[in-house]
Amino acid sequence: MDLFLNRVFDGLSNGATYALIALALVMIFKATTLINFAQGEFAMIGAFIVLVLATERGVPMWIAVILAMIIAGLGAAGIERTLIRPFDPADHLPLVIITLGLFLAINAIAGIVWRFDPRRFPELFPSGNALTIGSATLTWYTVGVVCTTLITASLLTLLLNKTKIGLAFRAVSSNLESSELVGVRVGPTLQFGWAIAAAVGALGAAVFVANPVLQLEPTIMIRVLIFAVSAAALGGLDSLWGAIIGGVAIGMVQSIVVPYTPIPNELALATAVIVLLLVLIFKPAGLLGTAAVERV
Amino acid sequence: MSEDTTQNPTPAQAVLHVADLKGGYGQIQVLHGLDFYVNDGEIVVILGANGAGKTTTLRAISGMIATSGTVDLRGESIQGSKAPDIVRKGVAHVPQGRGTLNELSVEDNLRVGAFIRKDNEVDADMERWFDVYPVLRERRNQRAGSLSGGEQQMLAVSRALMSRPDLLLLDEPSLGLAPLIVKDLFDRFAEINKETGMTMLVVEQNAQLALAIADRGYVIESGEIAFDGPAAELLSDDKIRKSYLGV
Repeated sequence: MDLFLNRVFDGLSNGATYALIALALVMIFKATTLINFAQGEFAMIGAFIVLVLATERGVPMWIAVILAMIIAGLGAAGIERTLIRPFDPADHLPLVIITLGLFLAINAIAGIVWRFDPRRFPELFPSGNALTIGSATLTWYTVGVVCTTLITASLLTLLLNKTKIGLAFRAVSSNLESSELVGVRVGPTLQFGWAIAAAVGALGAAVFVANPVLQLEPTIMIRVLIFAVSAAALGGLDSLWGAIIGGVAIGMVQSIVVPYTPIPNELALATAVIVLLLVLIFKPAGLLGTAAVERV
Repeated sequence: MSEDTTQNPTPAQAVLHVADLKGGYGQIQVLHGLDFYVNDGEIVVILGANGAGKTTTLRAISGMIATSGTVDLRGESIQGSKAPDIVRKGVAHVPQGRGTLNELSVEDNLRVGAFIRKDNEVDADMERWFDVYPVLRERRNQRAGSLSGGEQQMLAVSRALMSRPDLLLLDEPSLGLAPLIVKDLFDRFAEINKETGMTMLVVEQNAQLALAIADRGYVIESGEIAFDGPAAELLSDDKIRKSYLGV
């Protein structure tokens, strides 16, 4: 029982980080009906920026995180302007190739700048346990990650539903031509989406590697991206809260289903892809998704 | 091209003045030099068969396609401007197929229609169009994609009016709607025109209904104006009756 509880807590903390990256993917999907395969790498760069600011410049951790989110957002806005906007948004293949290219390029650049050896990442949340039940422990880290994810999703929901730029963003993701005809400038609106997504991604990577059992290295987000893609698809690619549910579900599959079934640990990543496959076969719009699939 | 049968206004009097308008899609030129105008407070209808260039004409005015020639709005050139800028100058375009923002609520569709506005009368305007189309008020929190075709057309018109335009472009509002609903829709256009003085340029295949509410009409054939005149004259013109009214 205690072991089971520990696995649930593990699933929660993993799932909440997958959810954060999934939120970033959902923002881009809403804007462009694309999966940004470089999302995890944007996020990884964000985590390195946090590390550099915090350890080399002595910036307090949470301020470093916010600065990294801003820098990641500005960087993504620049990438959107130079590499994404020149292409026809309706033609997905070139855009997918660009995001794959960005994935490889950013990963390589991070390797050149920061090398591939793992580094200790400072703590973002208090160490120790918030709750102990028998030998099962709920760490402050897990509590912190779950809260960060819920707050982020709430703020994003407010941003999209209560602000003018949010309205423009939802309009563009619903109907590009009608948006232009009411005066929305599509390019800058999508750029805003890319910036927000990158900022959320950077936050996701920072809280992920703040896990005391993990270290930061340029390849750290590759696995996370695969889990996050399944999470986003499971939730319905255009739903923020779907991404949260999907993230937690994928985290639970990884930490509960895998240990209790004969699936070898090495195949944990494959379970994410299997979930993705099952979603695409049986419920292509995902749990909370709307017309996502018609629009692809 | 026939002579104007109405008194020709100076371009400055016209809300919209179009001369030698050419445009199309990529290599394909659809419009081969159109000349027409719309005066303040008028309803002007453009008639024509499928593929004559009616929709392209509206898209050329609202900046959705590349054009050459003259497009003046109240004497100021809008030719070559981009769509979001042309809306800001006062042209609202209800696209063919209604362009509903399906995933947004009815209310958000209207709010997005007021996107260019910075005043605080948006809510009041929304109530006003809800008074004209009460069914939209009932469904204000519903997803716009769940509305019927007729309701979506009402929403599209209201959305366009929310920008407080000088000129409303309507692209085949009757498309895909039942005759009774179309009749009601056009009656409402006439009412809005009468009450607010809203200038309208309507593209239609349903010539009978459109001419019934219009002041003047133009007939486009293969991207050129074939003839034009007061709506009543066009309604009784033999050539037009045979080709476009089916009588």
